[in-house]
Amino acid sequence: MAQILAPSSQWQMRIARNSAPASPMTAKMWSSLVLKQNKKGTAKSSAKFRVFAVKSENGTINRMEDLLNLDLTPYTDSFIAEYIWIGGSGIDLRSKSRTISKPIEHPSELPKWNYDGSSTGQAPGEDSEVILYPQAIFKDPFRGGNNILVMCDTYTPQGEPIPTNKRHRAAEIFSNKKVVDEVPWFGIEQEYTLLQTNVKWPLGWPVGGYPGPQGPYYCAAGADKSFGRDISDAHYKACLYAGVNVSGTNGEVMPGQWEYQVGPSVGIDAGDHIWISRYILERITEQAGVVLSLDPKPIEGDWNGAGCHTNYSTKTMREEGGYEAIKKAILNLSLRHKEHISAYGEGNERRLTGKHETASIDTFSWGVANRGCSIRVGRETEKQGKGYLEDRRPASNMDPYVVTGLLAETTILYEPSLEAEALAAQKLSLNV
Amino acid sequence: MSLLNDLININLSDSSEKIIAEYLWIGGSGMDLRSKARTLPGPVTDPAKLPKWNYDGSSTGQAPGDDSEVILYPQSIFKDPFRKGNNILVMCDAYTPAGEPIPTNKRFNAAQIFSNPAVAAEVPWYGIEQEYTLLQKDINWPLGWPVGGFPGPQGPYYCGVGADKSFGRDVVDAHYKACLYAGINISGINGEVMPGQWEFQVGPSVGISAGDEVWVARYILERIAEIAGVVVSFDPKPIPGDWNGAGAHTNYSTKSMRNEGGIAVIKKAIEKLGLRHKEHIAAYGEGNERRLTGRHETADIHTFSWGVANRGASIRVGRDTEKEGKGYFEDRRPASNMDPYVVTSMIAETTILWKP
Repeated sequence: MAQILAPSSQWQMRIARNSAPASPMTAKMWSSLVLKQNKKGTAKSSAKFRVFAVKSENGTINRMEDLLNLDLTPYTDSFIAEYIWIGGSGIDLRSKSRTISKPIEHPSELPKWNYDGSSTGQAPGEDSEVILYPQAIFKDPFRGGNNILVMCDTYTPQGEPIPTNKRHRAAEIFSNKKVVDEVPWFGIEQEYTLLQTNVKWPLGWPVGGYPGPQGPYYCAAGADKSFGRDISDAHYKACLYAGVNVSGTNGEVMPGQWEYQVGPSVGIDAGDHIWISRYILERITEQAGVVLSLDPKPIEGDWNGAGCHTNYSTKTMREEGGYEAIKKAILNLSLRHKEHISAYGEGNERRLTGKHETASIDTFSWGVANRGCSIRVGRETEKQGKGYLEDRRPASNMDPYVVTGLLAETTILYEPSLEAEALAAQKLSLNV
Repeated sequence: MSLLNDLININLSDSSEKIIAEYLWIGGSGMDLRSKARTLPGPVTDPAKLPKWNYDGSSTGQAPGDDSEVILYPQSIFKDPFRKGNNILVMCDAYTPAGEPIPTNKRFNAAQIFSNPAVAAEVPWYGIEQEYTLLQKDINWPLGWPVGGFPGPQGPYYCGVGADKSFGRDVVDAHYKACLYAGINISGINGEVMPGQWEFQVGPSVGISAGDEVWVARYILERIAEIAGVVVSFDPKPIPGDWNGAGAHTNYSTKSMRNEGGIAVIKKAIEKLGLRHKEHIAAYGEGNERRLTGRHETADIHTFSWGVANRGASIRVGRDTEKEGKGYFEDRRPASNMDPYVVTSMIAETTILWKP
């Protein structure tokens, strides 16, 4: 049983020379959508969204499909690697591709590359080169075949991580022996909102107005309750194809809002998988002609925000008597509430109000099955005396490298003074 | 409509040995690509075995009406990604019936430079970064831009992803695979700083093949844009104002530059290029003065400069090259509408053959 629950360590793609080229899962889905469009003749607004592949009037769009889906393997050993990195705002994803001429098995075999940092706010024009170090490989669901996506992080030519490179510090934390021994698992629930292009108003909402209040939309079906399911579903399969460990999806409380979960992932993998899943999501919304928003409170007022609840456990927490370790971890987290909150996403103060299933941003709290707390412990965990905890504070635009690294650091490496601990235990009524 | 698709995709090899060869050439403006197709009795891989052909030069501004035949000499073969099978694209250059290259034929002179023994011995490599802009058909306004207005300022678009930041990726991705299929040495692609602008890189290619590959890649791009219903623009400054222009940065190295101590050869070559700045600039593309302003990651058109990792200089040397003491350099001056035959051969001529 433990094996099924344990995440596979084989996140790295093994690109075998003789592996049969797989056609991308999404190709058939997109062609069937496109053919439907062609049969209807013109783009009608009755479709919730339309395929945004540039449309032609002479009906030969299938010729472009053929080229996009061209399987190159009979003609060349070369394949295409899309290098992906995080830009200057800390939340903008960038990518460009290059041809690799011989098969590779491991990211260390991929060449380092560089890009124009002056165009992403990460370097000055007269010294513009920023170096990309390949860190993790995934199969490319858009190009299929042997083509890959490569998650990278960014360095100066001298080899120093640039300030926006948060992966470097997280990797250091995750290679600390104490952390390694605790095998930290993360399950991250990424929420996001889909917006109509050009008006930036949520998908499915009437332009210039509002839908009926929240209530009917959570996990619902029906044209008046669920907006953009094709994006969520296409994203699910594309991620599984790519090798990203998506464990589930659901429609969220606010109409036009969705969630998917990635995990359980060990250590640094959690960050890599979330970033790649965000990239795949943004590519899919690009094709669909809708805009992805990771803003934590896209619409002011009586509408839910978007979070990135992070479920977390260590080996000790998962074993017999682990509940004690969970309580100790919560204690430590309570003593570093401000440090965590400041790293949990820009704009989070608009979301963590104490309403709409959030805890107030100023107060640290925890509870069993309590969605209004900073940390929630599940009923199963309480009953079995072992399990995991859910940090509900991170916003949807958090950097998973920062959040996962901080959680491991605060709960495994940080040692509070005994008095601080005792005070906190009293405040939270925790007997540790 | 499905019947049309079936007919386009008929695999001829099932029923016949015959193949279709699409002959490509450059027309009278020096920038317009033309093509027509003919049937050949069987598959061909050697350009020398392809028949010469001719076309109506009076319809492309390359000959007078009363003596209109211009002769096509096949120069290199690529696989046809549109017809597939054994069908081919053939890059040609243009001659008078008497065997003289016509004035717009820049390949002839380039081929002569590249077969000069001094140049051939240096095995010149080229990596050309072709930038271009996609425009909405009929109004010629960039793809993704609101009609009658402008998008948000530059910043989010370089290598960007998302429906509000990336416009026309399907064209670019289809082009990437089609070129690899055709046998063109495309080394990468990326979204550019101006929204609706893209770049692909061809290389490293040796000598004359750099020019052939860039021209055929441009042809494939125009064919794909035709299918998609968008217009390709190679104008070096499609939108005036605070919007990036489009260039064709040319990366270059010779055997001496790639070997130990190459950095000294590189510096000497850059010096020579500095002495011929005006001649090069005159041949680096029409309208380049609108683009080379000294802003938007360009060097001013009147000044020659070079620097390591400096995108505001005429010539940029990469940090890796500086560190290893050998490598290549990047001439950032050519515009997106440059003729690669002219630029590649001129760089070789100035750095290898010319004596100041």
